[in-house]
Formats: sequence, C-alpha cells, structure tokens
Amino acid sequence: MNISFHINGKPQSVEIADENTPLLWVVRDILDLKGTKFGCGKAACGACTLHVDGEAIRSCSYAVKFAEGKQITTIEGLGNEQNPHPVQQAWIEEIVPQCGYCQPGFMMATAAMLDKIPNPTDEDIDNNIINVCRCATYYRMRKAIHRAAEISAKSKSSIETQTTSS
Amino acid sequence: MSKKRISRRKFLVSGGLGTLGVLAVGTYLFRNPIRRGIAGAIDTGETPYMGNTSSPIIWFEVTSENEIVLHSPKVEMGQGTFTSLAQMAADELEVSMEQMKVIHATSASGNMDGFATGGSTSVSALWVPLRELAATMREMIKKEAASKLSVLPTEVSVNNGVVLAAGKTMTYAEAVANVTEWDVPDTPELKEIKDYKYIGKPIARVDLNDKVFGAPIFGMDATMPDMLYGSVVRSSAIGAKYKDAKISKAEGMPGVVKIIKEPDFVGVVAHSLIQAENAKNAIDVQWEVERNWQTADIEAMIEVGKGEPFIIQKEGDAEDILNSEEGVVTSEYKSPIGAHAQLEPNGALAYVADDKATIIMSTQVVKISRDEIADRLGLDKDQVNMVPTFLGGGFGRRLHTPNAIQAAVMSKAVGKPVKCFFTRKEEFQNDTFRPPTHHVLKAKLTQDGMIEAMEHNVSSGDVAFGSPMVPSIAAPILGADLGAWRGGMIQYGAIPNYRTISWRVTLPFATSWWRSLGLLANTFAIESFMDELAISAKKNPAEFRLAQIQDNDRGFRLKEVIKAVVEKSGYKDEVVDGRAMGFAVSTDANTPCAQVVEVSIKNKEIKVHKVTCAMDPGIAVNPDQVRAQCEGAIIMGMSASMFEKMDVEDGQLTPTIYGPYQMALMKNAPKEIDVVLLQNDDKPGAVGEPPLGPIGAAVANAVFRLTGQRLRSMPLKLS
Repeated sequence: MNISFHINGKPQSVEIADENTPLLWVVRDILDLKGTKFGCGKAACGACTLHVDGEAIRSCSYAVKFAEGKQITTIEGLGNEQNPHPVQQAWIEEIVPQCGYCQPGFMMATAAMLDKIPNPTDEDIDNNIINVCRCATYYRMRKAIHRAAEISAKSKSSIETQTTSS
Repeated sequence: MSKKRISRRKFLVSGGLGTLGVLAVGTYLFRNPIRRGIAGAIDTGETPYMGNTSSPIIWFEVTSENEIVLHSPKVEMGQGTFTSLAQMAADELEVSMEQMKVIHATSASGNMDGFATGGSTSVSALWVPLRELAATMREMIKKEAASKLSVLPTEVSVNNGVVLAAGKTMTYAEAVANVTEWDVPDTPELKEIKDYKYIGKPIARVDLNDKVFGAPIFGMDATMPDMLYGSVVRSSAIGAKYKDAKISKAEGMPGVVKIIKEPDFVGVVAHSLIQAENAKNAIDVQWEVERNWQTADIEAMIEVGKGEPFIIQKEGDAEDILNSEEGVVTSEYKSPIGAHAQLEPNGALAYVADDKATIIMSTQVVKISRDEIADRLGLDKDQVNMVPTFLGGGFGRRLHTPNAIQAAVMSKAVGKPVKCFFTRKEEFQNDTFRPPTHHVLKAKLTQDGMIEAMEHNVSSGDVAFGSPMVPSIAAPILGADLGAWRGGMIQYGAIPNYRTISWRVTLPFATSWWRSLGLLANTFAIESFMDELAISAKKNPAEFRLAQIQDNDRGFRLKEVIKAVVEKSGYKDEVVDGRAMGFAVSTDANTPCAQVVEVSIKNKEIKVHKVTCAMDPGIAVNPDQVRAQCEGAIIMGMSASMFEKMDVEDGQLTPTIYGPYQMALMKNAPKEIDVVLLQNDDKPGAVGEPPLGPIGAAVANAVFRLTGQRLRSMPLKLS
C-alpha cells in the first residue's frame, strides 16, 4: 500500500507491503535517514524517538500506517550545522555526547518537551526525559536541557524585539 | 640522519579522499620492539601499541585541502580517544585542530592494533609513538618544503600546516605533492609538555557535530548497494547446542532469499529486516539443553571455597594471624550478573565475493574479528578487510564478535552484502556478562586502630578467561583470572600482613569483559569492609585509610586523591539535615580515584544528590573529556551498583529488555558532580574505567551512616 506524509518538511510517499512495519525501519531503510536509531524495538529505550505532528514518538513501535498525512521530523530535520536547533546548539556547547548513539533520541525528546514546557524544572526533566543512555551522559544532558531553554528564550525575545521595532 | 630510502610504493598510496600523499612512518616500531603482554594493562594500565610491522602502516594522509587525516588504530566508543589522539598529533605536526580529521583505520591500511581498544589504554599506548610519528612526519615535510623552496632546512619553520621560509610559504599539501621518495630521519626530540598548544586543553570532541546532527557513523548505519538483511536464530536457553532445524515453513515466506544452514547455526537472508525476522521466527530449531539452570544454581557455584584458589597477593603472614578467631572481623559481600546493555546491538555488514571479504562493523577487536572471519571462510587474512565504525557503546561487549562470522558466511552464501544484527532480547540473552562475585573479607585491628592483618577472598566467574583475547593456553599458566581480580588486590601497603585469593569458577553462560572488569565488585567489597573497620576502630573513614597507605610513589598518589576529595567535598562522617556522606577510594590500572557521595533516603529509596570525585590519571590530554568519563562512569557505576541485575529463571537469562532490566535514568543521576583532576604522574594513564570503582561502596557507606544498615549485596536495596 501507499502511505504519504511529510518528512522534515518535504512531501514523501512510500510503497510498503506491510502497513504495520514500524516507522523506524521506513525512515532508516527506505528513506535512508540513519540518525534515528534502533535500540530495543519495544519502545523501552527511546533511541528511535522522532516527532510526529510535534509529539515525541518511539518510532520502533509506531506502525507506518499511522503516519498517513502526518508531519514527521527526524534529527536530520531538527537543525543542521548552519542552523542548529537550540537543543543541538546546547548539546554542542555542553559537549554532551560520548558514544553518541542514543543522543538523537534524547535531543528529539528534549525538543518536544521544550515546545510544551519552555522552561522546565529539574523535576520536569526527570519526568519527561526517560530515555536510556548507557554512557550515562545524564549530568551534561540536564545542563544542556536548561541551556537549550535559555537559548530558545533568548531567540524568541530577540524575534519579539525585532517584530516590535519594525 | 639515517637515510632509509623508501620507495613511493611503500610510503605513498593514492586514496579516495583527494589524497596527495600518505605517509606511513613505520620505523618507530622497529626501534622499539614491543613485547609486553596483556597482564601489564590490567595492573598498570600500560599496554603498548601492538601493531603489525611487516608492511607499510598508514597513519596520516595529507589531503589536497591541507587537512591531516589520522588513521586511528583505536576505535572511538565514546571514550574520547579520537579527540585526544588528534590533539597529540596536531601539537607535534604543527597543524590546527580544525585541520585534523580522525578516521578508523581499516585492517587493509595495516594500522591494526593486535591488542584491542579496551582496558583504558588507548591514549597511554599511543602517547609516545603517535607524537614521535607526527614529529617525524613534520620533519620530513619541512625537508621536502625546503628543497622545493630552495632554502636550507634550518631556515624553515612551520605553523598551522604551513611551511614558512625566507618570506615564502607553502602548505603541507603542496610540500608533499609529487614526492616520489622520502628520507626517514631519526626520530626528532619531542616538544616539552609546556609548549603544547592542544595537549592539556579542553578541546571540543572531534566527533561532536556528527553526533549532534545524526550522521550515519555507526555500524548499524552502514549500507551497500544491493544489500540484504540477515537474521540468525539464537537460543534463549543457557548452554543450548544447535542440533538441527526445520526450515520448510520459513523458505516460502515473503522476501526470503535463502535459509542458510551451517553446522553451528541457522540463519535467514531476506530483502528487509522485518521479513528476515518473520522468517526466522518460523524456523523450528532443535536445541540440545543439558540443564534447566536457576539463579540459585549459579549462586551456589559462586562461593568462596569452591573452584580453584590462587593466591595473587601476599605480604607478611595474614593467614596465621587471621586463623585465630579472637578479634577477627569477617564480612561477606556479593555482586550479581551484569549486562552490557549498550544501545547499539551487535552486528555486522559483510560482503564476501571473489575471495575478498569486506566487513563493516563496530568492534573493539579489529584483528581478532578479521582473523576469525578469514579462518571460517578459508581466506588469507589480507583478503579480509575490516572497516571499523564508531561504536554505539563498547564497554567490553565488542571484545568478542563471532556474529561477524555469521554475517560473512551468509553473504558468501547469497553473493550479496548482508547486514545482520542482534535483537534486543538476543543481546540480553547472549551477552558476555559481568560475572557474579562473592567476597569474604577478614581483618584484625591493633589496639590503636591500625590494620594488623587483612585478607580478601574473591570468587568470580571468568573475565579474561572467557575471551579469545587471552589464548586458552594462558589460563593454566596465569592461574588466576586477571580480569576477575582487577581491583581485588589490597591497595593499603602499610598493612604489615595481607593477602588476596582469587577463586576461579567457569559458569554455564558466557562471562567476560565489562567496563572496569572486577574493579566494580572488588572495590564495593573492599571499600565497604574498610568502612566497617574504620567504624570499629572509631576513626574517620578517610583518615583511617590514609594511615594504612605506604610511603612510595603509588602511596603518595593515592593519599593525594583522598586528601583532595575530602577537601573539595567538605567530607564529614556525620548526618546533616537528613543527608549523609560516604567515602571510598580505589586504584585501577595505576590511576587512583577517590569519591565522596551525598545521599538521602525517602521511602526506602536511596537518592544520590552529589558526587565529588578526585582522580589522578597523570597528564589529562583532554581535561574536559576526562571529566566527561568521570561523570559517565560515576552514573554507570551507580546504575550497576544500585539497580542492575540479571537473573536465571528456568534455564534462561532474564530480563530481556530495558525497564525490567533496571538502570539509572535521568531522575537517578546526581544533580551535582564535582570532578577534581590531579596530575602526579608525567604521562597519561587510564581514565575510562577507574572512576567506576569507588561509587558503589561510597553509596553503601553513606547509607550505613544514615540507617545503620550495612548493604552487602549489589544492587543496593534497603530492606
């Protein structure tokens, strides 16, 4: 069957025999976007986290048929070196990654959280960021999450200032 | 200057990266033949680079963009080695960090470390050779540039990859262009440490952008044209031997290309991963299982007094003194089976065709993987090219990778590239686990509270002996498993009588290297016991330890980290506002590390608020990444000490998924980690593993202060 959605802002349709194929494998093996990772296949670790209509979704356990008509964002579409997302900027400033494998999932989960909770407390972070990092980079991740919130707030206020002055 | 005329064929190779010249400076290894073995790594952290010297070894490429590409014989698994190596090379090459690129050396490049990437030895092993190679190459480039610019070599200086002479400039790329023969000079003097621009500085990781923007850098991300997907049937049962398989049902399933039956495994090759997995599940395999193992069976095996004992440390006469029961303190401790639980499962992408094999994979043992594949396929070793990738976690899990053989066999059977990975359940059930341990500690104190005699008995499943890195012939020679006793020796040299005895047990499932090996469990036992002794001696636990340390270099460094952590944390042996501090210290691979934790307890749940860590790794090539290793190791050590545990139920290892396999998550991570780095050695030492040592005991010791409850088993749970 044919399934159509937007991925990283671009329209995309895929022809797939089994509509229950997890979105993760469509993204990785058909669309060749390898930034979204396989960790467990049971939505238990969060390495495969991406955004579907702005919500953080564990794509290893999300059938591709549910993606029909949706907006999907992966780490490749979150930002890039020229124009990093505040979360990516913060991750760079705090030098968070070690092995790096789980980090896209954490950054996607963080970006989705900051959309809802722009200035999270430590408790908000504990309750919302529940992915697994075996290198245990949690200490720097927490600092980076707070920093990302600051970067977002600054860029918003500068946009507002520009809007007001123009 | 000795003139070793080396032909272009041997030293210059054209490559696919816009390469102008590849300099392979292999002479170093002939001057300093390396013969030391693996045991050195375990005790002192000193394992030399063990490269193959018989053919040209590619270390550096100079690209047409004037970048220097370092082919690293060590793999990057998060420990930051690529960045440290780049700093070391850049400083001697006189290039900027922006000009340095680091890639994994393929086995075909010749730059393959016969040891492995492990044991916290990568930076220390390459500390001298890499800088000497870089300095040698710098001198070679200067000489070529001088010749091209028609000036004397003495008139030439270099800066940021540019040669300067008499008002003229030439990039390194221009200098190495079209050179047909190189003079290899004697190895130049290395710069003084104080003159380095990058070594010792907190340089950002060289792989940072790739890892933040989702670049396809891991083994599981690899692809090839016409690639197919493989899947191998693995048993859930401990000790299961493959007998036969009924494959007819799987053969006709959608997408199946071939079912591959080998004497030792059965696998599927299909067009997609899902198809391969579905067909695999339709194969009916007959396994031979000898016994229905349970946790109690394993616990009964791991008991001091059972198995083979080896005395690995002896000073004075502890045995006699501790034989009398009077005044002898005895305590027992236990640690459970631990899983690696690294996020990227094991697997490989293999392409075998025309008597050549290319294997792309994340592995810590490039050479062992290559040799095993060559052996299985009946190829010469140089017909197999290993292409290592970034590792989605190593932690010792990729020090044996027989799964690469299966991918290669399946690729050969279908004549196309085959990518084959473990599922998460297969990872949890086919891991090479951290073995469970049992410890019995005894000591006798003098009247003024000094330790008169102390003994540590440790029973452990195999670590080193569970690995193909240690040849089977080594076991009877070495006797005790050097991995199992890592961290198990008594580090308090002022005690007049002490000994350590290691009891070897081989378990029915694979146990082997797990980050820091025996250090985690051994330090938990010894440092909990030291706390008990300090309390019976009515002394401050940190001061009590300081008094038992000998006066020599090792003792000095150990005392310094203890003093530093006490000062930085404001360590007090008392409960303040519902919080208590716990102290512990270990020496691992010649790197001492002391930690103080601050904990509170709510609803019987242990909460770690703050960890202060003082470590002396000698020279910290990249202090920021040394800190990162401490932060990560502390939380991983908390995870293993406070949450993690594999069980054996009805013949199977369980659990098989994150969650039920409890680990420390964001909510469990301390909000404050304060790392103090000391430098009482004149070279870089071990970093990645030593900070895992003290944390378990430090937490247990703090819990005792708060509750009076002595937790003697990991994972630490209050009753």
